[in-house]
Amino acid sequence: MDPENQGLIKATVERYGSDDLVVVLGAADLEGLEMVAETVTEGDPSYVGPLAGVQLGLPVVHIFEDDLRAQVDPAIYEDQIGFVELAVDSDAVKAAMKKLRGEG
Amino acid sequence: MDLKGKKVIALGERDSVSGEAIADCVRTAGAEVVMVETECFV
Repeated sequence: MDPENQGLIKATVERYGSDDLVVVLGAADLEGLEMVAETVTEGDPSYVGPLAGVQLGLPVVHIFEDDLRAQVDPAIYEDQIGFVELAVDSDAVKAAMKKLRGEG
Repeated sequence: MDLKGKKVIALGERDSVSGEAIADCVRTAGAEVVMVETECFV
């Protein structure tokens, strides 16, 4: 993950605390998803950014996941996400997210 | 995961769903968006 974004996430956690924070991802690239999820939970795997060695342990979910989707206004979801979801392998993303969280 | 009342870091990807699109969605679920970024993995 971009070191600049790592710095922004670190500053956000310092400002708000981690109790109510949730990271919601939108990537369809499975390697990218894994890298970002690892960075915000275990720390920067490349050990170059501000989150190197920093275990934030933030909850990570994906906007494609049914549990989230059910909470979003359907018209806004369709408008903002629908066309992307059709173009990518969203089932693979959902499976990858469960695996990343140790759920499957 | 109940998003209502949560503070969300929206991390999108340029070739998929953008951070702004995530933010627009989760706000309708009652979450507060505290950071929005769109990464490029390429």
